[in-house]
Amino acid sequence: MNHLMGAPELPGVAAGLALDVDSIRGDFPVLQQQVHGHPLVYLDSGASAQKPEAVIQVMADYYCKDHANVHRGVHTLSQRATDRYEGVRGKVRDFIHAGSTNEIVYVRGTTEAINLVASSYGQAFVGPKDEVLVTEMEHHSNIVPWQLLCERTNATLKVVPIDDRGELILDRYREILNERTRIVAITQVSNALGTINPVHDMITMAHDVGAVVLVDGAQAVPHMSVDVTDLDCDFYAFSGHKLYGPTGIGVLYGRESLLNAMPPWQGGGEMITKVRFEGSEYNELPYKFEAGTPDIAGVVGLGAAIDYVAGLGLDLINEYEQQLLAHATARAAEQSGMRVIGTASDKAAILSFELEGIHPHDIGTVLDHEGIAVRTGHHCAMPVMEHFGVPATVRASLGLYNTRAEIDRLFEGIDKAQELFGQ
Amino acid sequence: MSDLRELYQEVIMDHNRSPRNCGPLEGASHKAEGFNPLCGDQLQLYLYVNDDSIIEKVRFEGKGCAISTASASIMTETLHGRSVDEANRYFQAFCALATGEREGLDQDLDLGKLEVLNGVREYPARVKCATLAWHTLQAALRGDKTPIKTE
Repeated sequence: MNHLMGAPELPGVAAGLALDVDSIRGDFPVLQQQVHGHPLVYLDSGASAQKPEAVIQVMADYYCKDHANVHRGVHTLSQRATDRYEGVRGKVRDFIHAGSTNEIVYVRGTTEAINLVASSYGQAFVGPKDEVLVTEMEHHSNIVPWQLLCERTNATLKVVPIDDRGELILDRYREILNERTRIVAITQVSNALGTINPVHDMITMAHDVGAVVLVDGAQAVPHMSVDVTDLDCDFYAFSGHKLYGPTGIGVLYGRESLLNAMPPWQGGGEMITKVRFEGSEYNELPYKFEAGTPDIAGVVGLGAAIDYVAGLGLDLINEYEQQLLAHATARAAEQSGMRVIGTASDKAAILSFELEGIHPHDIGTVLDHEGIAVRTGHHCAMPVMEHFGVPATVRASLGLYNTRAEIDRLFEGIDKAQELFGQ
Repeated sequence: MSDLRELYQEVIMDHNRSPRNCGPLEGASHKAEGFNPLCGDQLQLYLYVNDDSIIEKVRFEGKGCAISTASASIMTETLHGRSVDEANRYFQAFCALATGEREGLDQDLDLGKLEVLNGVREYPARVKCATLAWHTLQAALRGDKTPIKTE
């Protein structure tokens, strides 16, 4: 069977259309281990998700049988590698409901996708007195590229504030948008707070003033079905490794007319059709933005990851994760001394919190001793931490392989931290 | 939980709960700011060094985890009344202790209470918490104007 193109199997869907999480857990080799003498509880999927066997195997299979450079040779292996590489482009298009594979650009990850747009689109279409709009809840990778752009072009960076639940203040967004706004860069789901933003409406509002919108989908694609055509966004960025795929590969979706109008970003092989010292001709989309030999195995792995989650069904994944989040939120409400940071009404499965009298870093160490992996720190979202007046939080970010029992283990670990620190 | 107690020894818990020499220092001759961007720990360190290069007063303030707070607190106790040269020897010895490089230890130096922090060598991610105050001390003695970062 061709692992890449074959119909996705449905390993974790039990009869009655609910996720069979026991079976799903069996697909993830890394979960079958003990850490500090306890079964691993992995609650750091927001930083990077674990990989199912299907992803690991398909990459090994590619290297064992089909590897060669893409788009380069007439020989059989090069053709096979190219077929696998381009086959995944079609999967990505379908996965995010884009109109064409010309709109799917492979990049290293979300950060590179945003930098590509900030550099190429920004340099061509943003000038002095123009405005670029981000939100207070953005991850650093959706802030710094725009700051760099504003420094280069003398444009102004504007920030949409959040309220104390961690929701965007949409009235302020409406006020800040104006005819000088060239680009709006917003996250669909906050990595630090879990907030799901009303990006569909925000895109409509941005288009009303003539701005283009980039949506950072890094934290959204693992948890919900995404339709870039319905959203009507101009750019959409996500990473493979948060979607149960490999590190080092990501996707930039760009509206075809915009990608065509944009100058190339990096120069090199693949992105040209003709090179002369008097001047070169650039390749067609999407290759114009794919200079150099790409991460072919990463693309193949991404394809298997998309097959995996699409096979399970994002609606079922979402429904299951929402049940887990509800359980975690209910437990948090009963835990003395716990303050949840990020209580938006519409949230993805992320529980960020602090405990009275115990620094997050100490909590992280105690939990690690119990075999529980959480992220502690500012989550690369320092403006968010500042808003809530904390230097750091503990973040449990859930994935499709987590269970209620694991959330209970988290709270047992929290009890132990509180006992150790006498809180 | 038993091996966690080797990291979080009672002396550390005590200094975390009630840090010594905590607060600003009027008339400081040296000061520096330390920042651990990874976990958000930050501290300001103030020294008063007299004309004979003796650290007469040392105080700190800031926010941090138990390890960084206790380490800063115990450091201030250790440095009180020491010469700048001695402080530099303690810095070298403490870094060796925290990273587990025993050969870097100064055999003639009595580390005293600082020994309670030797548990961090088993926790590579926490070594920077323990050494933050000490790197800030070095920055203060050098007269650095920009905050030092342990990352």
